[in-house]
Amino acid sequence: MTVTNKSPAARPVLTRRGGSAVGDRVFSWWTLGTGLLVLAILGLILITTVREAWPAFDAMGLRFLTERIWDPNPATGDAIFGALSFAYGTAVSSLIALLFAVPVSVGIALFLTELAPRRLRGPAVTVIDLLAAVPSVVFGLWGILVVAPALVPVYQWMHDILGGIPLLGRLFGPVGSGRNFMTAGLILAIMVTPIITSITREVFSTVPRADKDAALALGATRWEMIKGAVLPHSFGGVVGAVMLGLGRAMGETIAVALVIGGATNITANMFAPGNSMAAVIVQQFGESTGTFTAALIGLGVVLFAMTVLINVLARSVVRRAEARMKGSLA
Amino acid sequence: MTATAPPVTRPAAAGPDLTRAALSGGRRLRNHLATTAIWGAVLLAVIPLALVTYTVVVKGAGVMNLSFLTGDIPNSYRRVGGGMAPAIVGTLLITGMAALMAIPLGVFGAVYLNEYGKQRPLARLIRLMADVMTGVPSIVMGLFIYISWVLLVGEQTGFAGALALACLMLPVVIRSSEEMLRLVPDELRQASMALGARKWKTTLTVVLPAAISGITSGALLAVARAAGETAPIIIVTGIVFAPNWNLFDGSNTALPAQIFRNASTSFPAAQDRAWGAALTLIVIVLGFTIIARFISSRFAIKER
Repeated sequence: MTVTNKSPAARPVLTRRGGSAVGDRVFSWWTLGTGLLVLAILGLILITTVREAWPAFDAMGLRFLTERIWDPNPATGDAIFGALSFAYGTAVSSLIALLFAVPVSVGIALFLTELAPRRLRGPAVTVIDLLAAVPSVVFGLWGILVVAPALVPVYQWMHDILGGIPLLGRLFGPVGSGRNFMTAGLILAIMVTPIITSITREVFSTVPRADKDAALALGATRWEMIKGAVLPHSFGGVVGAVMLGLGRAMGETIAVALVIGGATNITANMFAPGNSMAAVIVQQFGESTGTFTAALIGLGVVLFAMTVLINVLARSVVRRAEARMKGSLA
Repeated sequence: MTATAPPVTRPAAAGPDLTRAALSGGRRLRNHLATTAIWGAVLLAVIPLALVTYTVVVKGAGVMNLSFLTGDIPNSYRRVGGGMAPAIVGTLLITGMAALMAIPLGVFGAVYLNEYGKQRPLARLIRLMADVMTGVPSIVMGLFIYISWVLLVGEQTGFAGALALACLMLPVVIRSSEEMLRLVPDELRQASMALGARKWKTTLTVVLPAAISGITSGALLAVARAAGETAPIIIVTGIVFAPNWNLFDGSNTALPAQIFRNASTSFPAAQDRAWGAALTLIVIVLGFTIIARFISSRFAIKER
């Protein structure tokens, strides 16, 4: 707003705009740069970790993924680094987590979108938010010192009753310290519930009001309305949410490291100690050197690749499901 | 349906019974069961939250006092007493430094996505990758910083921890800030442009101030998340027993790492310290979360 003084034809100069043209260009490049930072970091993670893990991949080849023995300091011969036992532990604990978390999360999401009286909706959302806010290490601390010891009698009781059944009984084998696949799965279930709930809830809320009203108008009960109008519409989105939960469960490190028991173990027994890929890294990284460190970073590479894959898939599933609901591909 | 149609003169009783009482028993039962199951699910989520909070508060309060907040960490797990001051200092410094790096970068990334990139292929790719990056396990981020910073510098420092936390916060800040920028009405941008301001000036003086409360609350939530991260801290910052105020020189420690170390031992004294540290950490994290909620509810842009 510069008014040239003293000039008889004093008028605001309208040809000059606020801020300089160079500023515009610099600013747009700068913001683009910060946006590209995301891509750069992801790319760098891949490159640096693969390069650093290469000695282990080189020494083990494909056996890194198929070998179940993990022996960094053997009495004789070369160290053996097989990730299979840990991959098994990651898979089993995550699956147990989903088994418990998915029904509960879908239930809470239905509660929030369809069932909750207005004055309960706020508190229910707060509970989920707080559950997400509690640091995972606190769940781990609670898991190792409170939950694991408390569950030993429960596990023992299940083992006594179910352990005798042929085949199925092998899932409920002898009980040790309470730190095992099952406890890890339960703690993980608490931690993935908020993420699955929040995304399922978003998907449920995209179901058109008209569909729900139509079902109710035809005489459906509330459950029949949910079953007939809400769930079929949002199936894709729920699948995506479950996959995101899976990604979170697989990458969770600290809580699992505390409660899974720390044994290199492949067994059907849910009450036996095991280990997961992420947990092994944090437990053994401090005492590792050379190829051992490379092997641990190799576990990180596998973990990174799997979580990125799952997340890309899940995001595209969720996005597609939401786009279909809104009737346009945004 | 025309207005001239003869009025229907059917006795009321002949119509189908549409009252609730006419529902068959099976359908009513199934509706009841489903409703109960849904309420049960909510209860199932409340129980662990209540139990965790209760245990942490009760056990943490047992060791909480001024000397716990100001004392050094004993160098033996066995020893009773001592405090968590080095970890509290570490948590605040490391998280603060991470926030200083991640929040400005994240906000400008969001400005790119919402003001410049919009629906261009590159912007959509960055958006997708930011979402993916929120799913990258924190332990992987720790390994990445270990390789690309700690090995380079040659020592574990608090700053390395801050770098790792910043990488974890960045995508969260980007996505939450973008949501907030999207809520800024286009009229504001148009008005500013019409007054002759260039785009960068419009963005800095009109758009960002309009969205600042939402951006702040999203950033604070990201900070709260980062303050509780454990795995990268363990890998890249090392361990100290006395407060280290210098992020760039020497090892450091943080509350989550101390909780993990002390919880892994079987010594009651160490476990007590773990509970105390957990209470301290939860208070810090909840503090950030509550401030964020307050800001977002008090100063939010009203959706229209």
